[in-house]
Amino acid sequence: MTEMKNLVKSLADNYGRYHESLLPILQGVVEKKRFLSEEAMVEVAREIDISAAHVFGTASFYSFLNTSPMGEYVVRVCKTITCMMHGKNLIIQELEKQLKIKLGETSHDGKFTLLETNCLGQCHKGPAMLINDTPYTNLTPDKVRDIIQSLKQNDLVSNAATQVN
Amino acid sequence: MNNINLTIDHIEVSVQPETTLLEAAKKLKIKIPTLCYHEDLCVAGNCRVCVVEQVGADRLLPSCATPVSEGMEILTNSLKVRNARKSVIDLLVSEHRADCTRCYKSEGCELQHLSSEYLIGEDSFIDLVPLKEYTIDYFSPSIIKDDSKCIRCQRCVRTCDQLQDIGALTVAYKGEEMKVSSFFEKPMYEVVCTNCGQCVNRCPTGALIERNYIDEVWTAINNPKKHLVVQTAPAVRVALGEALGMEAGLVVTGKMVAALRRLGFDSVLDTDFTADLTIIEEGNELLQRLKGALVDKNPDVNLPMTTSCSPGWIKYIEHMYPEMLPNVSTAKSPQQMFGALVKTYYANKIKVEPENIVSVSVMPCTAKKYEANRPEMHASGYKDVDLVLTTRELAKMIQQAGIDFEALENEEFDSFMGTSSGAAVIFGATGGVMEAALRTAYEVVTGREVPFDGLNITPVRGMEEVKEATIKIEDTLPEWSFLEGAELKTCVAHGLANAKKVMDKVRSGEASYHFIEVMACPGGCLGGGGQPIPTNAEIRAQRSKAIYEEDAGKPIRKSHDNPEVIKLYEEFLKEPLGHKSHELLHTSYVERNRY
Repeated sequence: MTEMKNLVKSLADNYGRYHESLLPILQGVVEKKRFLSEEAMVEVAREIDISAAHVFGTASFYSFLNTSPMGEYVVRVCKTITCMMHGKNLIIQELEKQLKIKLGETSHDGKFTLLETNCLGQCHKGPAMLINDTPYTNLTPDKVRDIIQSLKQNDLVSNAATQVN
Repeated sequence: MNNINLTIDHIEVSVQPETTLLEAAKKLKIKIPTLCYHEDLCVAGNCRVCVVEQVGADRLLPSCATPVSEGMEILTNSLKVRNARKSVIDLLVSEHRADCTRCYKSEGCELQHLSSEYLIGEDSFIDLVPLKEYTIDYFSPSIIKDDSKCIRCQRCVRTCDQLQDIGALTVAYKGEEMKVSSFFEKPMYEVVCTNCGQCVNRCPTGALIERNYIDEVWTAINNPKKHLVVQTAPAVRVALGEALGMEAGLVVTGKMVAALRRLGFDSVLDTDFTADLTIIEEGNELLQRLKGALVDKNPDVNLPMTTSCSPGWIKYIEHMYPEMLPNVSTAKSPQQMFGALVKTYYANKIKVEPENIVSVSVMPCTAKKYEANRPEMHASGYKDVDLVLTTRELAKMIQQAGIDFEALENEEFDSFMGTSSGAAVIFGATGGVMEAALRTAYEVVTGREVPFDGLNITPVRGMEEVKEATIKIEDTLPEWSFLEGAELKTCVAHGLANAKKVMDKVRSGEASYHFIEVMACPGGCLGGGGQPIPTNAEIRAQRSKAIYEEDAGKPIRKSHDNPEVIKLYEEFLKEPLGHKSHELLHTSYVERNRY
């Protein structure tokens, strides 16, 4: 059995094989694999005996169920009107500069993906963004630079640590 | 339960509880426009074009999704209603690539009708189509899916789910990006689509249409070097009239033959001939399998045997139950048997080189287009069936040729391969193949006719989802004595959702049958994906009635009595399931991915 088959099977053992098990299983795959590949969706469809198209339909509906490969850090900038009024576009410009990618892209080293997202519920502290599960608010271009630098730094430190070990 | 009383447009009406406002209005012969609603499908209530006003209420109600309640006062044509409907239609048109004059669906488009009825002008909402990227999938030989014309009513999604239980189409993404999509937006020919075309029959616009081969056929007809042979399936003759302005349920065989000659076909022949041939081959295959299982106790013999005439069913079982492919009869469908014979036996008979024959078929079916393009369908050494037209395409060609169809005098099919029995005609209705096979198999085994009044095996007729019939075999001929007293258990399913129910039972061992007929489409071929639009239970019942009338009026009622089939065996095939038959009339199947 492939690794994906095993993963989906264990998720289905956990959440059941009903229509309503679909979402938690998909979330489980995204947690482990960062995105839902074609293979993953076929396995899920097979496991709970529904059409693969319907798995795709559900997956493509939810913003947080990625259907294409994502970087290690997924940066989601709030695109709704309050954050827009608070300078969201400048934040995106700064992110594009720092990460050397455009909106919607993933950096070559597979570290960062830059996306826009709908309201994060942080309108009073806009502009806001989410990196993986951590929200960042009251953003300024300077702040964005620091956040990105520290994430890159963290990686360097942890890489160095691995090498030493 | 007590009836519910209400008024619609100030007219009192009393209906059963649970009736919807739409149905109650229909009872009063008040027409409420609909788009996402379809009689064959569950209610979706997403298009909002059927809204009505309830006196005293602020919000309009979707009449397709609102049950009646006591004392309701409903207005279906108030100014508020008209304006709301007009906005709904206008918004739908603003997202619809309205190139109506060039659209294949054109006058058949329900959105166009409503747009015209509600006087949607040119300067209303902004045309959003140029601002979006749409996919047009031309790659299937059967069906074209054009997202730029989709109004997202989801009739197709519900059709694929409820009637066929396949789910090849789904609703993907959300908000303004929401679209009807296959798995991962793959082209239709790569996914589990069976090409049945039931979605095409129900799409209100030109978003799902058959791939048409009209120009290819005209080109061939006008090529003086080519000999054009046409075959017409049983269900075409009971529906073609509908597409040419006649009422449902008329048999137009004679006019159809006359029209095909007028169009320029050199040989006008009948798929019914090979339907009879199918019965001989398939019936003998069934008897051979029964013998193998009962007498020889051969573990490699697979029962129940299922029919193989419906190409939608074949692709379905290849995807969904590949382990049961050995249960499918190896007999080709009548269309492909015909194709294989046209470029061998018939070519020889009329002294035309097979490469100069263009073999065209007229089918009630979009899956037949795919079937003709299967790589194994070259038994004659050429492509057995070159071009497949649907009933709708033939109607279009008749209109293009300026023929007054209703005024045509009846004509007869050419011979050879134009004679058929009543058993062949009923192939077009669910249960028909079963009835035809039983008429022949019973007689082969017992030497007597099936013990049903007028050869009408009524237990396998009708529109029930799944029909079962048991035939007791008594007083057999000596060579079939092993079947003495046996009860032949048969089952008939139409629509793939029903086929699934039957196959699941067979797989689990809950049901045991000897012979199963499956037709992919509701009602059988008469409700096929290539038949005139609209379709509903009433229209299908009319076509079915016409088919059984045609059967009853035929001088020959049993396939094995067809004199041309008898002659074909004498001159060419020699014996059922013989060497030539295996070469030309039988096929094999491939396992496909379920997803």
